[in-house]
Amino acid sequence: MEEISFTVADGEFCVLLGPSGCGKTTLLRIVAGLESASAGTVDIDTTRVDLLPPQDRDVAFVFQNYALYPHMTVFENLGFSLRLHDVAKDEIQTRVTEVARLLEIDNQLKQKPQQLSGGQRQRVALGRAIVRRPKLFLFDEPLSNLDATLRANMRVELGRLHTRLGSTMLYVTHDQAEAMTLGEKIIVLDKGRIQQVGTASEIYHRPSNLFVAGFVGQPQMNLIEGRLDSNGKFHDEGGVEIDLAGTVASRSAVDSPLTLGIRPEDFRPCASADAWFSGTAEFVEDLGSDCFVHLLCGKLKLVARLPGQNRIKRGDSLHLNADPQRVHLFRDGRRVDLFGSEA
Amino acid sequence: MKKFAFAASVAAIGTLTLLPFSWFVLTSWKSAAEIIAIPPVILPSFHWDNYRAAITQYGLLHYIGNSAIVALATTLVSLAIASLAAFALARFKLRWARYYLMLLLALSMFPQIAIAGPVWRLLNFLGWLNSYQGIVAAYISLTLPFAVWVLTTFFQELPYDIEEAALVDGCTRWQALRLVVLPLAAPGLFTAAILVFIHAWNEFFFALIILTYPALQTLPVGIALFPGEYTMPWGEIAAASTIATLPLVALTLIFQRRIVQGLSAGAVKG
Repeated sequence: MEEISFTVADGEFCVLLGPSGCGKTTLLRIVAGLESASAGTVDIDTTRVDLLPPQDRDVAFVFQNYALYPHMTVFENLGFSLRLHDVAKDEIQTRVTEVARLLEIDNQLKQKPQQLSGGQRQRVALGRAIVRRPKLFLFDEPLSNLDATLRANMRVELGRLHTRLGSTMLYVTHDQAEAMTLGEKIIVLDKGRIQQVGTASEIYHRPSNLFVAGFVGQPQMNLIEGRLDSNGKFHDEGGVEIDLAGTVASRSAVDSPLTLGIRPEDFRPCASADAWFSGTAEFVEDLGSDCFVHLLCGKLKLVARLPGQNRIKRGDSLHLNADPQRVHLFRDGRRVDLFGSEA
Repeated sequence: MKKFAFAASVAAIGTLTLLPFSWFVLTSWKSAAEIIAIPPVILPSFHWDNYRAAITQYGLLHYIGNSAIVALATTLVSLAIASLAAFALARFKLRWARYYLMLLLALSMFPQIAIAGPVWRLLNFLGWLNSYQGIVAAYISLTLPFAVWVLTTFFQELPYDIEEAALVDGCTRWQALRLVVLPLAAPGLFTAAILVFIHAWNEFFFALIILTYPALQTLPVGIALFPGEYTMPWGEIAAASTIATLPLVALTLIFQRRIVQGLSAGAVKG
């Protein structure tokens, strides 16, 4: 990893988002003290902690596979850290009971982890972190071992929990839904580098480079290679012509190779005269509320997300364009702002 | 047919292994006349005289005491050292861990006779011949490689996350080992302990050359020295052997599932 530098504000829910192998878990483990960085520092509040062992950092870590102590009951699991910190017995009792009630596991306190369901184990793992009232919570893909329904529920609960506790949280995930819904600040990582830092909306609507544009959003943003001519028209090699005249980029980016990005939901059906893309629906995924139309225009493959009532069938021919304001342009992989100043 | 063949081979192997054992158990209940009778008497008349004589005349209890002290001390010290060594080998990213383990395995392959001389001289130099610490030290050197191996595979199987969770929860390395790793590794510790104990309990050769004072001698040596210049007390020897075997049989029967689990740890996941 290189040149990674970021700050998490007090009480903030910060998400590290990236594909597997991008270094996000390593980063989290460095903050926890489970791994050491070859260079750089880690500060919590105003204290430098990167030379301290994990037990002196006052952070709580929620592991992907929960890492509960199998030989201890749920109560002992929750109270373990308090016991280590010489907290009085009756205080441990109060705090553990309180947290167990908050997470609705107060009926399981006497059970061992292997008697619990996946969701309950997840709650115990969370509880073990909460009960300590640490300065910083670290989550390493805590929901990835749960099934889809449970994951969606726990996601909402985690969000509520954060509002309720107001604690600082650093959360690692590769799931963009988790990142977008939970993160007040999202840090997108790839290949050991920070790609973009911003709110969910900034990352979605103004991706700062091609990686972020392609990684965030489902289905993926459509990316089309081409060039701008001096009239402000974008051409690709297959004869697509898009009029972007009057934008900043149209003056500054003329003749250099560009990538144009359009989110599937930004496409709108139009008359053939106004169409940017005309083609046939090769495949339609009907989700009820929406349908994803896989469109073949010459060599170009596009995905459009259209309202469900459009009733498009396989083989239908389709004309699409989009609001030029919602088009993304990238030069050398980096965002070029169409409206307003150039990035 | 297949089932029958299987049952027959099990029976054959079982008989073959149990034959010597059953013979001396039966012998321990025979009278002196029955023991030397020709043709041999299979079923004894269930005399308890041999047991009484082994205990009162041959000091069997005293040998049992010595064996218990030596085997227990060996087990405790061996396991204490082995668990720390195995923990380090399994957990710290040591560059030479693999080679070190192979070296240990190679060491444990040495025939005892090859190291008997050096061990004797070393103990003689220390003044530890004819002492509990002398024999225990020799036994530790014999059992340690095995114990380290069993425990290393065990520690390697424990999920590292749990230990890391303990570290983040506020444990020092020591506390993590004591409060989390060792309790989880209990089955492995148990297996290693039983096998080390059995080894130390049964060992004959080192005990014979290191312990020459009858006051310190262990069970196998004691029994071997039962015969006098003109006597061969078969009945007493059989009785003593039976008693010596009982604790081992009991341990193995009670804990056989754990021992098998412990030995096959690392072979198959799960």
